[in-house]
Amino acid sequence: MYCNFFILDKEAVEEVKSQREIPDIQPGCIVQLRVEVPENKRRVSTVKGIVIARRNAGLNTTFRLRRLVAGVGVESLFPLYSPNIKEIKVLDKKKVRRAKLYYLRDKMNALKKQ
Amino acid sequence: MAASKGGRGLLHQLRSLSICSNSSTFSLRGFSSEPLLTDHDYERRRRIMEAKPVVMGSNSNRTGVIAVKCGMTALWDKWGARVPVSVLWVDDNIVTQVKTLETDCTTALQIGCGQKKAKHLRKPEVGHFRAQGVPLKRKLKEFPVTEDALLPPGTSISVRHFVPGQYVDVTSINRGKGFQGGMKRWGFSGMPASHGASLSHRSIGSTGQRDAPGKVFKGKKMPGRMGGKQQTVKNVWVYKIDPKRNLMWVRGQVPGAEGNFVFIKDAVYRKPDTAMLPFPTYFAPSDEETEDLEPLVADLGEIDPFMAAD
Repeated sequence: MYCNFFILDKEAVEEVKSQREIPDIQPGCIVQLRVEVPENKRRVSTVKGIVIARRNAGLNTTFRLRRLVAGVGVESLFPLYSPNIKEIKVLDKKKVRRAKLYYLRDKMNALKKQ
Repeated sequence: MAASKGGRGLLHQLRSLSICSNSSTFSLRGFSSEPLLTDHDYERRRRIMEAKPVVMGSNSNRTGVIAVKCGMTALWDKWGARVPVSVLWVDDNIVTQVKTLETDCTTALQIGCGQKKAKHLRKPEVGHFRAQGVPLKRKLKEFPVTEDALLPPGTSISVRHFVPGQYVDVTSINRGKGFQGGMKRWGFSGMPASHGASLSHRSIGSTGQRDAPGKVFKGKKMPGRMGGKQQTVKNVWVYKIDPKRNLMWVRGQVPGAEGNFVFIKDAVYRKPDTAMLPFPTYFAPSDEETEDLEPLVADLGEIDPFMAAD
């Protein structure tokens, strides 16, 4: 049957997981990424911020990172299993009582401590 | 035998019998109970086809394939770019009938896809499969081909009929959208949301002139049922092929909902190199194990497309 579509997704996820070590990222984690940007001449940049949302969709699972870039709060969306993310390191885990931390958009002082 | 060939053939023979009465073989029989055309005549006209590779000419047309739309996802190619893909499952395709110029006035191959139980099929349909000596299929579709691309009934067509990197045309019945207005169905722009426009923000506006012509032309675009019609998406790029599971990943959208049958043919406008396509279809060598085959991905070239922009 065409339900093998879900099996394809799981296999792709397991293949990526076996190649790279991908920790469990939950909202509230402070995370440091090393991202290779192909559009920017493949420079590997370090990105550090707090995870405010995670969307589970098999291979296309994404998470939102909120960080301070030059004094401005910036949110970025990263696919978890992208080959462009070279390394993910979980620095700290804060206790949160929400799955999506969009209230942090109104609280700028929370970011300044990072 | 003559009766099983269909009413149209028999009536055609009767009409030709009445018009040209100088044909010696038929005038002798008159109105007897024997069939007009014997088995001998049919054997003479039926052609023997072999399943073996042929060199593809410039005007040749290969068969298409019936697949099932599984869903959509997005993959990363080897350079890290995102490719949105539709997954199509070429489920057990077999040639169920061959139509030639002598018997059917056209050269075509009828392909069957899927499986079906005899108790779920009507008796004439079961008889059709039994007459051709072919397993019972869920969906049948005829693909017009050139004479050199004919295959014998029972030849199985796998997903390796297509080559990753080629372009295909995908046909299917698109999703039904129900009764829709002019803006969604035909792309009309509607009227202003304010500035005094009264009760007609999404209406179709005028439908014609005054009393010359005094009518609305046929085919005037109006609200109605949208979708549920056959649509062909052209020049779809084949990204990846999995011969073990008969799966095909194509870039972009494909008409229809998940679980629907789609018909895939070689692209008409972006024809690939004739040397790289298996013609008339891909014949697996006998020593090849289907379980050991790896997915084939389209060749994306050696130059990194992101670095080449310098």
